[in-house]
Amino acid sequence: MWGRIYALIFKELLANIQDRQTRLLLLVAPPLLMLVYAFALTQEVKNVSIAVLNQDYGVHSRELVARFVGSPTFLEVHYLESPNNIVEVIENQRALMVIHIQSDFSSRIDARGTAPLQLILDGRRSNVAQILQGYAGQIVADYNAELIEASRLSITVPPSEVVSRTLFNPNFDTIWSGVPGLFAGLVATVGFMVSALSVAREREMGTFEQLLVSPLKPFEILIGKTVPALLIALTSAAAMLVLGLWVLHVPFEGSVFLLFGAMIIYLAAIIGIGLFISSLASTQQQAIIGLFMYMVPAVLLSGYATPVENMPDWLQALTQTNPITHFITICRGVFLKEAPVSVILDHIWPMVLIAVVTLSCGAWFFRRQLQ
Amino acid sequence: MRPNSRRIFGLARKETWQIVRDPSSIIIAAFLPLTLLFLFGYGVTFDPRHYDIGLVVEQPTPETGSFTASLINSSYFQVETARHLQDLEDKMVAGELKGIVVLRADFSRQAFRGDTAPLQILVDGTDANTAELIRSYVQALWASWLRQELLSNGVDFRPPIVLEPRLWFNPEASSKNYLVPGSVAIIMTMIGALLTALVVAREWERGTMEALLTTPIGRWELLLGKLAPYFVLGMISMVLSVATAIWLFEVPFRGSFLLLAMISAVFMWASLGLGLFISTISPNQLIAAQISILSAFLPAFYFSNFVFEIDSMPVALQWVSYIVPAKYFVSTLQTLFLVGNVPELIALDTAVIGLIGLVFFGLTVRKTRMRLE
Repeated sequence: MWGRIYALIFKELLANIQDRQTRLLLLVAPPLLMLVYAFALTQEVKNVSIAVLNQDYGVHSRELVARFVGSPTFLEVHYLESPNNIVEVIENQRALMVIHIQSDFSSRIDARGTAPLQLILDGRRSNVAQILQGYAGQIVADYNAELIEASRLSITVPPSEVVSRTLFNPNFDTIWSGVPGLFAGLVATVGFMVSALSVAREREMGTFEQLLVSPLKPFEILIGKTVPALLIALTSAAAMLVLGLWVLHVPFEGSVFLLFGAMIIYLAAIIGIGLFISSLASTQQQAIIGLFMYMVPAVLLSGYATPVENMPDWLQALTQTNPITHFITICRGVFLKEAPVSVILDHIWPMVLIAVVTLSCGAWFFRRQLQ
Repeated sequence: MRPNSRRIFGLARKETWQIVRDPSSIIIAAFLPLTLLFLFGYGVTFDPRHYDIGLVVEQPTPETGSFTASLINSSYFQVETARHLQDLEDKMVAGELKGIVVLRADFSRQAFRGDTAPLQILVDGTDANTAELIRSYVQALWASWLRQELLSNGVDFRPPIVLEPRLWFNPEASSKNYLVPGSVAIIMTMIGALLTALVVAREWERGTMEALLTTPIGRWELLLGKLAPYFVLGMISMVLSVATAIWLFEVPFRGSFLLLAMISAVFMWASLGLGLFISTISPNQLIAAQISILSAFLPAFYFSNFVFEIDSMPVALQWVSYIVPAKYFVSTLQTLFLVGNVPELIALDTAVIGLIGLVFFGLTVRKTRMRLE
């Protein structure tokens, strides 16, 4: 029996590796993609274009504008002539934020009154706008503190800034925070691709029937299809890991064995889903479409781009059945946090469950095909 | 040879029948966009519901009590309290808590002094966006609590400069309002490129493309006839997606539908063009699918300001973003939905998308000829 399985595994590996393009797409492309997209996975707000409409000729407005211009967040500053230009600049996305200073700005401050500083923000990117507003608030708060100090009037100056410390990623490096998720997503992509297409291709070519009439039992076919996909994905993952640690310099706090242990279970779940999808499809094209239909939402709703906690409860419950959600948490844990085994185990058992369910579905399907 | 409309129609009719007979095309055009938009609309959001944070009070006093209350009463946080930091650190490692606020033992003594605030925020840097938001929410809460406390002590503290922020087009700062139109653009990219790439790659793989090319049909006629039915299919799913965005997700639509239809048509042509080009250079469907994911879907997702910021990427990647049609489509859709008709912006976006489409078609026609020779 083992000889038969071994032969099938060998044949599957050969089929995948012999073709130059498949080899390229499964083994070379994913690590390469990781290198490129590690730099693209950024939600940081910087190099932003803003516009200034300063109708005041006083010293305070000049000083404040100089601080905005000097801030590293803003790359380009447009100076506007009249309020009529605000609409145009914002609508055409030449500036994300317009600072509008009215003509009595400096005189109001000097008279110890309150001077308003208008900010107009583009709501088409409200997340960025909110963060920009925070930066502007910081600049204004600093200047306020200096003004109060200079006036020597106020007895108590409330502390403007709260001290914060960022754990696990002290410099807010977007590559550090992005790579664990990217790694999980790309490993899944390889696993899905190999598994979902192998059965569909054989079916379309008619070789699947030959496999079924061979002495191989359904579960032997299942093993013969799962193991090669697992090996290919693990190879690709190892390459990505090497790149991530040595080229991108992402820290790795946890244990490599724990990561690979978790990854084998993760891939079993992924391959199970892939085989299940391809068992429903009758052509390669349907398998690809089905796979895509599952894969895109699965990656997007895994906490990869936006946090899972923001989702409504019913959707959060659904993401628990998604192996990618669990593996991203594990990856963030072992890369950045030195997460203890108990935390990792909390996310391993749901993946075991998913793997058992989907792989048995695969075996059942192979058996049904026989009858 | 002059384009012959009879030949184009004949081919288009055959393709239409093929679509109608194969349920997978209908799934792509109707089921796929609706399901994806439904999931993205609810799932892909930057709007926090509440964040789980920890609160460490080293020395309880009336002041810490009042600050704790304001933290708990804010709708942003689900607060877990403890006396020592060590009690909560493990939960932060496990990812159960996204941040910890520490009120130091000298909180009451230091609260109204100069220097820095007597509280510290620890945030989880593995998710930078959430960390940034938690930090700014706690900061804002601290500022308003302080003002409140000072006011109740009879100190009317008014800063010399007050910010008056106005968020145009989306005053409630709902990320759904710009992510849903963005999702529509991403989904249309997928449908356009993936669908055509697969369909035409199948013809090449089976050799039926060669058979078609030996008939009197010209290359442009062939491409038009093949694509017309898929163009219609794509436009139908565009209508479905926009309807879902407006009625289910209640995203306001302030532009004109005619303009939307026009730019969608241009985008569809570019998307189909890309798909066609991919299929021409791919030996089989598997490769076609992978290339279309790599060159259409992933760039659309990353380089379109959909959830990731192009401005903060390295310059080389920013250059890449200029040739991604989805970037222009995302910007136009967001504008049409939230702002209205902005002629300059929309005209420019449309022109660039059309140009990219033209390049792909030109390349495809060239490549088709080369493949035959």
